[in-house]
Amino acid sequence: MKIATPNYKRVYVWELAVRFFHWTTVLSLTVLVITGFIIANPPSFNLNVEPTNSFWFGYIRLIHFAFAYILIANLLFRIYWAFAGNQFANWRNFIPYTKKHWQNIMHVLKVDIFLMKDKEHKLSDISIGHNALAAFSYFIMTLFFILQAITGLALIADTSGWWFPKAFHWIVPMLGGDIPTRYIHHLFTWFFMTFVVIHVYLVLYHDYVEARGEASSMISGFKFVRAERFRKSFDWLLEKIKGKEKKNDKDEN
Amino acid sequence: MKKLLQREETFYESILRKGYSRRDFLKFATYMAAFMGLDHSMVGQLVKTMETKKRIPVIWEHFQECTGCTESFIKSDHPLVADVILDTISLDYTDTLMAAAGHQAEEAKQESMKENYGKYILVVEGAIPTKDEGVYCTIAGRTAVEIIKESAAGAAAILAFGSCSAWGGVQAASPNPTGAVPVDAIIKDKTIVKVPGCPPIAEVMTGVVLYYAMFGALPELDSEGRPKQFYGKRVHDSCYRRPYFDAGLFAESFDSEEAKKGYCLYKLGCRGPVTYNSCGTMGWNNGVSFPIKSGYPCIGCSENNFWDNGPFYERLENVPGMGIEATADKIGKVVLGAAAAGAAVHAIATNFFKKDELDLNKCLGELNEKNLEE
Repeated sequence: MKIATPNYKRVYVWELAVRFFHWTTVLSLTVLVITGFIIANPPSFNLNVEPTNSFWFGYIRLIHFAFAYILIANLLFRIYWAFAGNQFANWRNFIPYTKKHWQNIMHVLKVDIFLMKDKEHKLSDISIGHNALAAFSYFIMTLFFILQAITGLALIADTSGWWFPKAFHWIVPMLGGDIPTRYIHHLFTWFFMTFVVIHVYLVLYHDYVEARGEASSMISGFKFVRAERFRKSFDWLLEKIKGKEKKNDKDEN
Repeated sequence: MKKLLQREETFYESILRKGYSRRDFLKFATYMAAFMGLDHSMVGQLVKTMETKKRIPVIWEHFQECTGCTESFIKSDHPLVADVILDTISLDYTDTLMAAAGHQAEEAKQESMKENYGKYILVVEGAIPTKDEGVYCTIAGRTAVEIIKESAAGAAAILAFGSCSAWGGVQAASPNPTGAVPVDAIIKDKTIVKVPGCPPIAEVMTGVVLYYAMFGALPELDSEGRPKQFYGKRVHDSCYRRPYFDAGLFAESFDSEEAKKGYCLYKLGCRGPVTYNSCGTMGWNNGVSFPIKSGYPCIGCSENNFWDNGPFYERLENVPGMGIEATADKIGKVVLGAAAAGAAVHAIATNFFKKDELDLNKCLGELNEKNLEE
């Protein structure tokens, strides 16, 4: 067995738009979960104040609604970026519609979820962007986000003056009234929290086992990819760029 | 007797015959205009139509119900309301209040339906059982399903009074042993005005009947078939305790100081935020009060399936079909806990099963560390 440290190259995987989307989601989801639980079960301060002089619960709801709109706008932006972004941001990653997707899902299930031995060690099994299973889970979560947004908008439709939330009011009779609508909205919150736990754990897992910058990639945008996976002609191009740089350096000197 | 009653008189004439003055009549018209959500300028038109329009025959069917809606209806705060409508109703058919009984009552109904075919208002109170060929509710030897189909055929308008006929009510609550269904599950080819509530507010019921009588058309309905002017807003959005809600001042228990002070009942399971009704604006018993005003949280009696969305004094309802104590939070905690525990187990297992890879990475990394240039 040839033992040598594999060479890695830095690849720009997550564009700024993707990272912006990710952290905006983190922020708004956190705020929404916290304010959501406060709205569901508000703490009683029972300050001896007249209601005229206090509006904190109203502000909590205001924050919840404001961040809900941020989340929705963010989601719409990401859907746009699924068509405009680079190959790792593309929508094709997220829906397992080819045999290749399913093969990768099976591989990830075997090797990463059930921790079985990877006998072949094929480089192509290691995903550069999302692995197919993770990408599919983001697609499922997107559907949950959409449902959560629709139920939320439907609930405020009656007290809203804007056509946008009103456009979703039809979901209320479909679900059987405000009570089940509110209930589903509440229940979904737990799915998001569960998703966050699993998602963060698996990021840490991949970073720990693969050691190629999984966790930090959402900050810098870069991941490390084995040098063998690049085109040879590409090396030549890089050399040329480097040569040029050296030449420029000399010229400046 | 029958001849006299069937003489077609106007609303106004019938009111005068009852011994009310014109002043009473005008007051009544103003009340009703306000209840129906009409502009003040419409009062004149209302008066005029009541002076000229013929009364409309009403047939009131009772199925699986407690007669609470009728009870609420006859306790309508303005005596004229009940008088006007009840005169019309008792003429034709309502087995609770009419003088006739037995075969005579059924005969009177058949005759009225034949004479007024396509003109009468059909009021339905109570749900309709469908299981076992509908034997769980029979009147005069016929099942409710049979009766509703017959009386709906010639109805100009169908009004479903109360949560039972609008949604199914308590008899449709889980496990629904008689297969009770609301009116719109049986009658599909006609618009059904739902006037839910357990019972509905009396003035809402009379308001809907009068609206049809006045304008010859059904009031504007929302997507669930409820008249918008009465069910357009949540109780929460017209509640006089709303400022306490926005200020985050909540009563934690019924015997607390906060409850006495009239703080918001949100944490005591008030369904005001999810219930569409006019309680907050119209009130009950001559506008004297409504549940929240009396210190009792709204139970959402005008909402679909409110019986199964209990317990009433909890903010979060149980999940239907998931056992008695399964709330969303309990399910969520189990799912989240399982995910966290799964992650922890997986993390430990990773160190065991991925030992070769981890060791190799570590070994190579250490080797590189040793070979660093100074």
